[in-house]
Amino acid sequence: MNKACNSISANISYGTQQKKYRLRNLKEHIAEGLLLLCAFLAVISLLIIATYIFYSGVPIFGKVGFKEIVFGMVWKPLEGSFGIFPMIAASLLATLGSVAFGATVGLMTAVFLAELSPLWLSKIVRPAIELLAGIPSVVYGFFGLIVIVPLIDKYCGGGGNSLLAAIMILGIMILPTIVSISETSLRAVPVEYKEGSLALGASQLQTIFKVTIPAAKSGIAAGIILGMGRAIGETMAVILVIGNTPQLPGSLLDRARTLTSNIAIEMSYAQGLHQEALFATGVVLFVFIMILNIVLTTIFRKAGEEK
Amino acid sequence: MKNISKSNSKFKLLAALLVVVLLGVFLLAACENTDANEETAQGDTTGETTSLSGKIMIVGSTSVQPLAEKLADEFNKEHPDLRIDIQGVGSTAGVKAANDGTCDIGTASRALKSEEESWGLTENIIALDGIAVVVNPANKVQDLQNEDVLKIFTGEINNWKDLGGEDKEIIVVSREAGSGTRGAFEELMKLEKKVEGKTVSLVVDNALIAEGNGAVLANVAGKESSIGYMSLGMVDESKVKKVKINGVEATVQNIKSQSYPIARPFLMLTKDEPTQETQAFLEFILSNGGQKVVAEDYIPVN
Amino acid sequence: MKKRKIKETIQKAVIWLCAFITVAALAWIVIYIIANGLAHLNPDFIFSEYKGGKNGILPMILSTVYVVLLSVIIAAPIGVGAALYLVEYAKPGKLLYLVRFATETLAGIPSIIYGLFGFIFFVTILKFSFSLLSGALTLSIMVLPTVIRTTEEALKCVPVSYREGSLALGATKFQTIRGVVLPSAIPGVLTAVILSIGRIVGETAAVYLTAGMVTRFPGSMMDSGRTLSVHLYVLAKEGISFEEAFATAAILIITVALINLATNKAAGRLKRSFTSQDN
Repeated sequence: MNKACNSISANISYGTQQKKYRLRNLKEHIAEGLLLLCAFLAVISLLIIATYIFYSGVPIFGKVGFKEIVFGMVWKPLEGSFGIFPMIAASLLATLGSVAFGATVGLMTAVFLAELSPLWLSKIVRPAIELLAGIPSVVYGFFGLIVIVPLIDKYCGGGGNSLLAAIMILGIMILPTIVSISETSLRAVPVEYKEGSLALGASQLQTIFKVTIPAAKSGIAAGIILGMGRAIGETMAVILVIGNTPQLPGSLLDRARTLTSNIAIEMSYAQGLHQEALFATGVVLFVFIMILNIVLTTIFRKAGEEK
Repeated sequence: MKNISKSNSKFKLLAALLVVVLLGVFLLAACENTDANEETAQGDTTGETTSLSGKIMIVGSTSVQPLAEKLADEFNKEHPDLRIDIQGVGSTAGVKAANDGTCDIGTASRALKSEEESWGLTENIIALDGIAVVVNPANKVQDLQNEDVLKIFTGEINNWKDLGGEDKEIIVVSREAGSGTRGAFEELMKLEKKVEGKTVSLVVDNALIAEGNGAVLANVAGKESSIGYMSLGMVDESKVKKVKINGVEATVQNIKSQSYPIARPFLMLTKDEPTQETQAFLEFILSNGGQKVVAEDYIPVN
Repeated sequence: MKKRKIKETIQKAVIWLCAFITVAALAWIVIYIIANGLAHLNPDFIFSEYKGGKNGILPMILSTVYVVLLSVIIAAPIGVGAALYLVEYAKPGKLLYLVRFATETLAGIPSIIYGLFGFIFFVTILKFSFSLLSGALTLSIMVLPTVIRTTEEALKCVPVSYREGSLALGATKFQTIRGVVLPSAIPGVLTAVILSIGRIVGETAAVYLTAGMVTRFPGSMMDSGRTLSVHLYVLAKEGISFEEAFATAAILIITVALINLATNKAAGRLKRSFTSQDN
């Protein structure tokens, strides 16, 4: 602040204002240009990443055939079969399963925090959820490997490495995302709505389920979709518990392999068509993420229009 | 304004402090590291030839990794300033990296495939290693015939009761497709067949895929009805049980006498002219000193 | 009326149960890992090297610190610069929308895709090979959205009156930004940096495909190194030693808890300094 003042007074006292102004103008332009470049680096990074992934992953669709890859049932890359349908199915099943759990428990937890919880309890629960959000995914995976997998093996058999183990771990992992976003949007519902409902004789819970939750639905949906994005993109937690067998899972207790673990396991040694097939796996994953992203922006835009 | 600038300066201080502490920790440890190196260097300089410095990058098989690390530790005693970095990513990756030139030495725990042989890599066989078939210690089955193993891994037999064990479904633990141990095991046990010029693996589709020897060990140790195969040098007999094949136990002696059928070479691959450091390291491994280290858990080559 | 009461009680019970499940899951994970990890957490484990029979994690701690520093040094200036442009210069329109879209998408890309990209681009094409630099470059793109968004929020918190005051005194726009806006938003920038550190420390998939997993002390940023998360992954998948894995996991959780604490402190500071100013 002082500096700025000094330079201003200096400018006034000297006669070479013109020159100084020009210099200052130049500086301003350079600064703005640099900042613009920074902002654009995000766009450039995205472009480079997308270009590289697509450039390396799309050609194989032409060589082997789109149908053979996306709907192919057999993944034996060293033998020329590149079907990733079992992985697509496993990724979707694991995501849907974990979201079914995470959305129910997460939304109810958000309702609890926003409406029911006594203040002292929220002061404990909220930091706990923040901690849950920060724990590295590999720690979740390790916990799943050490605790969940043997538990499933003991009570359900089959070794324990299964779709179910992945769903349980992912379900816990996406809770914080869903809870915090849902809670924010529940709190953003105008008090008048609730007061109106209560004044009409509705109970607290009726108000929550009939008025508050519907009013916050776009925020809640956004939370759930972000949770889906996290679940479908998760690698390390899944790879340690799911068994990584590239087959179509017939039941919750079957081993499976997701799109992400397929890339992580085989990337280091793949070459030629095999490597392209892994990039194709990345392309499919990318497309799923883009779809989720578009749904998300649409929800926000709609929410904006409603208001 | 005063108030805010005060809290700002506090934050600047905090941020600066954070950076200083982090840098401090880093430098301290870096110093400690060089100190340790100097000490060993001083201890060794008496009567040694010129000590090497620089860096050797080794990429490849997870089976070879523990042996390579031991050899590197031993070699570092003579040449403390030489950095030897070892990445365990799988045999196929090792062969590929040696060919790309992304590493100095590529390692593989299997013989080269015919297409890889045409790449002009220099092969150094540094050791022989058996592949042990392992089961959970709780499993009663002790001995398997060659064809039993074949039938288990192709899924033809899928219950332990058919082999004199308990009535439990067999969980087959296999390795990822680029693994050298898997490649060697499939080749030696005839778990592959040629279809239209391509080699096709016959391992049952629902096998659990474990990434690395250690992962096989962990999975077999943790699941009572499982069976897997892994590098003999890495078998931990407190956690898993080796199964006899055709009545022969997997031991170093039995592999030397060729009575145990499943053994493969450990390869170190270089391309073109290796650097002076790489050459010296390879010579050390094949010397008596190096082979003595090999002999601790594996079968030396001379 | 009675029926309604029963229904309400059940609903309430379900809500309490769900909140309980959330907290119980956390407590289970954290307590289980910390309890098992503490037994093995001793100075010898933390401060020794990973060779010659000693399985210390000092090299991994250093690699982690190295990767964190490098990534923050790369990502923080770019991220703050981008946020400044978006808040202070950009007018609503196509450009702003494009940058927003890019950051949103970058934030949504799974880390394994970053790893895939880093492996091909930095490791193979630019020939940085498996190195801390490749890892840090990949990670800095990954945390860019976090830095941009958090800094943006902080900049928006700076009252317009500050800027008007500075401009009225004759300062130029950039002088205002440098002298008034940015200093006021420092706690926010700090929050952004701490959040990114949390993400970098916890990341595995993107790091092990780019920085490799060598267990030696990194000598320079062109050396490969193994971060703590990658180390935990290797220990877990190789089943080498579950005691070491527990101890490493415990260190990671404690680090995250400290980072959360620091974030809350920084964010709290930001809020307080402005609320006290405005009144």
